[in-house]
Amino acid sequence: MNKEREWPLYEVFIRSKNGLEHRHVGSLHAADPTMALENARDVYTRRQEGVSIWVVPSKEIHASNPENQGELFEPAKDKAYRHPTFYELPIELKHI
Amino acid sequence: MNASLEKYVLQLADTSMILAHRLSECCGHGPTLETDIALTNISLDLFGEVRSYFQYAAKLSGGEKTEDDFAFLRTERQYYNLILTEQTNKDFAHIIVRQFLFDNYHYHLVEQLLTSKDETLSAIAHKSIKEAKYHLRFSSEWMKRLGDGTSISHEKTQAAFNELYPYVAECFIATTLEIEMLEKGIGADLEKLEIDFNETLEGILQAAKIVKPDTPARICQGKEGIHTEHMGYLLAEFQYMQRAYPNMTW
Repeated sequence: MNKEREWPLYEVFIRSKNGLEHRHVGSLHAADPTMALENARDVYTRRQEGVSIWVVPSKEIHASNPENQGELFEPAKDKAYRHPTFYELPIELKHI
Repeated sequence: MNASLEKYVLQLADTSMILAHRLSECCGHGPTLETDIALTNISLDLFGEVRSYFQYAAKLSGGEKTEDDFAFLRTERQYYNLILTEQTNKDFAHIIVRQFLFDNYHYHLVEQLLTSKDETLSAIAHKSIKEAKYHLRFSSEWMKRLGDGTSISHEKTQAAFNELYPYVAECFIATTLEIEMLEKGIGADLEKLEIDFNETLEGILQAAKIVKPDTPARICQGKEGIHTEHMGYLLAEFQYMQRAYPNMTW
């Protein structure tokens, strides 16, 4: 199929339960947002995976460049003090 | 009483089942992965509804028959589906138009069966109504997309509508059995069904820029077991396993 005649790509996000966040589950092709929602319902929620769907045109997602990994992420490597693991928590506080 | 109720249940089941089989023929052939899965989902939803009907029919038969006997071991004249649903798959527009006409009928039918005096039919309707509603939404969106799409998609959709619309009349011509079921408060009121059907139809046709053909309604007697030539071929494939290997299970 001619590239220009293909339906645009959408990224699909599903919320599995109320109270949880929407998570990226994959992508699909659709001609418009309504079709993208219907396709997402049929492709990604047939086994009761969700209670809510978001679809976002893939071209609207701006991503970091893998080539820039060095300056973007490596500086954080030796800064363990940024993790809040140096505090002593009272015993009463659980699940943190 | 049980005999007429049993036949009415089979009639409801057969229309959904024959279309479900037609849709299953598309499995793996959908124009895109997404529509392929969508049509297969609809097929499976309908088979789910059909199983409930056949289990009920088996109960009404007094345990003489099983759900599989009803599905696979009747002869052509013993199937009571609407003629619309046995029409073959031609192209995607054709499949969508057939689906939309069926979904529009099916949704409003199931809506009425919610309040059937027969508890089992009402329970089955409660289970099916959400699925039927989604199917109607799916095929309505596609009607608009294709009808009001490119000149080619419009042309194909209009051609499919011209061919299939004349079969719709059969939905609303009540048989003696359907009149009996309505009088007992069990079956659907086809006059009301026709009004609801037409209201939905007009809205979608307008949005899809599709017009009704001038051709007269086709005289169909699917509900009496008289079928078009497609039915024999369909059953030959559908029943093959049970005929070739009787009582086979998996």
